[in-house]
Amino acid sequence: MTEFTSDFWPWFIGIVSILSLAACFLFLVWVGRGRPPQQVETLDHGWDGDLRELNNPLPGWWRWLFYGSLVFAVAYLVLYPGLGFFPGTRGWSQEEQYRAEVEQAEGRYGPLFERFAAMDIPTLARDAEARKVGERLFLTYCTACHGSDAGGAIGYPNLRDEEWQWGGTPEAIVESITNGRVGVMAAWQEALGDDGVREVAQYVLSFSGRATREDLLAAGKEKYEMACFTCHKNDGKGNQALGSLNHTDDIWRWGGSEQAVETSIAKGRRGVMPAHGQFLGSAKVHLLAAYVYGLSKQP
Amino acid sequence: MAEAEETYNLRVVRQFAVMSVVWAVVGMLVGLFIAAELIWPALSFDIPWLTYGRLRALHTNAVIFAFGGCALFATSYYIVQRTCHVRLFAGRLAGLTFWGWQAVIVAAAISLPLGITTTKEYAELEWPIDVLITAVWVAYAIVFIGTLARRRVPHIYVANWFFAAFILAIAMLHVVNSLAIPVTWTKSYSLFAGVQDAMVQWWYGHNAVGFFLTAGFLGMMYYFIPKQAGRPIYSYRLSVVHFWALIFTYIWAGPHHLLYSVLPDWAQSLGMVFSLVLIAPSWGGMINGVMTLSGAWQRLRTDPILKFLVVSLSFYGMSTFEGPMMSIKTVNALSHFTDWTVGHVHSGALGWVGLISIGSLYFLIPKLYGRELHSLKLAELHFWLATVGIVLYITALWAAGIMQGLMWRAVNPDGTLTYSFIESVEAMRPYYIVRFLGGLTYFSGMCLMVYNLWRTVRGARTAEMPVPAFAH
Repeated sequence: MTEFTSDFWPWFIGIVSILSLAACFLFLVWVGRGRPPQQVETLDHGWDGDLRELNNPLPGWWRWLFYGSLVFAVAYLVLYPGLGFFPGTRGWSQEEQYRAEVEQAEGRYGPLFERFAAMDIPTLARDAEARKVGERLFLTYCTACHGSDAGGAIGYPNLRDEEWQWGGTPEAIVESITNGRVGVMAAWQEALGDDGVREVAQYVLSFSGRATREDLLAAGKEKYEMACFTCHKNDGKGNQALGSLNHTDDIWRWGGSEQAVETSIAKGRRGVMPAHGQFLGSAKVHLLAAYVYGLSKQP
Repeated sequence: MAEAEETYNLRVVRQFAVMSVVWAVVGMLVGLFIAAELIWPALSFDIPWLTYGRLRALHTNAVIFAFGGCALFATSYYIVQRTCHVRLFAGRLAGLTFWGWQAVIVAAAISLPLGITTTKEYAELEWPIDVLITAVWVAYAIVFIGTLARRRVPHIYVANWFFAAFILAIAMLHVVNSLAIPVTWTKSYSLFAGVQDAMVQWWYGHNAVGFFLTAGFLGMMYYFIPKQAGRPIYSYRLSVVHFWALIFTYIWAGPHHLLYSVLPDWAQSLGMVFSLVLIAPSWGGMINGVMTLSGAWQRLRTDPILKFLVVSLSFYGMSTFEGPMMSIKTVNALSHFTDWTVGHVHSGALGWVGLISIGSLYFLIPKLYGRELHSLKLAELHFWLATVGIVLYITALWAAGIMQGLMWRAVNPDGTLTYSFIESVEAMRPYYIVRFLGGLTYFSGMCLMVYNLWRTVRGARTAEMPVPAFAH
């Protein structure tokens, strides 16, 4: 419990809590003691002309409600952690409750996922039930970035097409989900200068026939084959082992406008797919991979 | 007596009372706008200052600290003078609290839409504004406690206990929670980190509810209900017990905002236990207020001001029962992060804080100008608009919140979630529309109030009230 600043606070708060409950109790006993008077007294002091106070006894139901809540408080603080370092007699902790609930869920749902885990990914991708479960997993864990239709967005790959940044084999997809991916494009502003960035951008766009300044292409090609070829290769097709993008498919991971392409070159890009292996477990990763694999195989 | 007749300082009371009405309308209008944004997100027009995230903080700050704060300043300054039979202590300082508080509000209204925020809920204002708040608050404490010390009656009236507790507790909470290291004029870092920051934040946050929105407004209740009903307070004993019990128990209830989080188990449990113990002390105030009407019940039929005051207590009783129930871990596991919480807050805010303030201002403002309220009929209509508005609002969000909680935890036979998050958002639309209509109804009542009060004070000269010649 050292995470809570120091040993001082659990002690201090525990003691003050007990004192507060005891003070409420004693106060209630003291004010409610004796028989209620036959006649309601009116206190003789007054304020602001007509403000007066009666002194009716405490309503019985209210007093018992208060006593009852104090009894509950004491009982709860004996049974459960609540007073500093005293863990409570039931031995409850939220970590333990979480662990037990997860275990129970594993017991209930585990067999289903084990059955799917025994099937290979291309087969699973055609299995209607597996696709349904996989889609639900996808909607829970993947839609925030890739969209509920898996169509992606600027900065997040589309998973429905046949183009794969990190490879579309079952093994590559499992690897992407399990350990995540980090794709880094270096910033070339300093090395290329403003003109160089523009020239290279035109050359990149020309792979898809989208160049607008034919006059810059020659210079762009020269610089591309000097600066970019290590990752993207001279033919512009990229390298799935590095996650470097294919420039010839007219698919634009970071936006395909001239400005977006120039920004990518000038400032670089960094794409991160977080690792899900530990969190989901291999059986669910297997099923998710089959669902994603199947997406691009849809008619 | 040779000296000229001593009068109460009503100038500062008037200033705060009028601004309270103004800020109520502004704050609620912002609330209405962001409620509309939840239905029609395009309303932000892609302008950052109009986005929900920024205006939400403006709404909460405006209704709590601008509307509620001004109402508390006005009523506490009025009540403490009249129940101590003495003119307000340090009148100039009191005047400064008015201008200082307005400066805080204006600074908030500018900085929050600009996105300048500490990100601490109900304490979003950046450090220079926090310093100004502290200065104003110290002045407020001097004025209030100075007046109490110079009272000409032997006993301190019960309303003043609650105001004094509210002023002292808020001073402590505000200073501790706002401790931060400034980096620039518009940016600071909290002195606390991680779970400690969360704990300090909700120790502050919940006690802002407990001492600002409960103790302060109970002070209002203890004056205006007996005054308007013309009946004595029901029980002195009960007021003593529930006052001290509130003080003893409220202060530890904060961790119920952090159940099932990384906060240590013991602190979580303590928050839940003390929240449940709070039911009786909270209800003590409700009983004392409602029972004060014994012998004057028939007046409820004809007196809209009394209706505001008494119905506020029923919402107070309801939300101080609902709150403890929501702090039970098993219930909280369903209700946390849902709109149920928002509904709960508004049953307290619109129902308790709103209605008690409205009733008090209907009582107070005509008196401050030596007039009678222009139209009781309009006030009556306002009462019904407000009540219907609250009921629409909170029932819509109960339904919405419970539905969200159930949708989020629903699982398929394979253990996967039945609904994606966006489906639960889509399902909220009809409830958000009803909530908006509830807010609109409540707001239209406020517009009636502005008209009614304007007609009341139009062309009026300010009133003077003499201090009684000698103590009782």
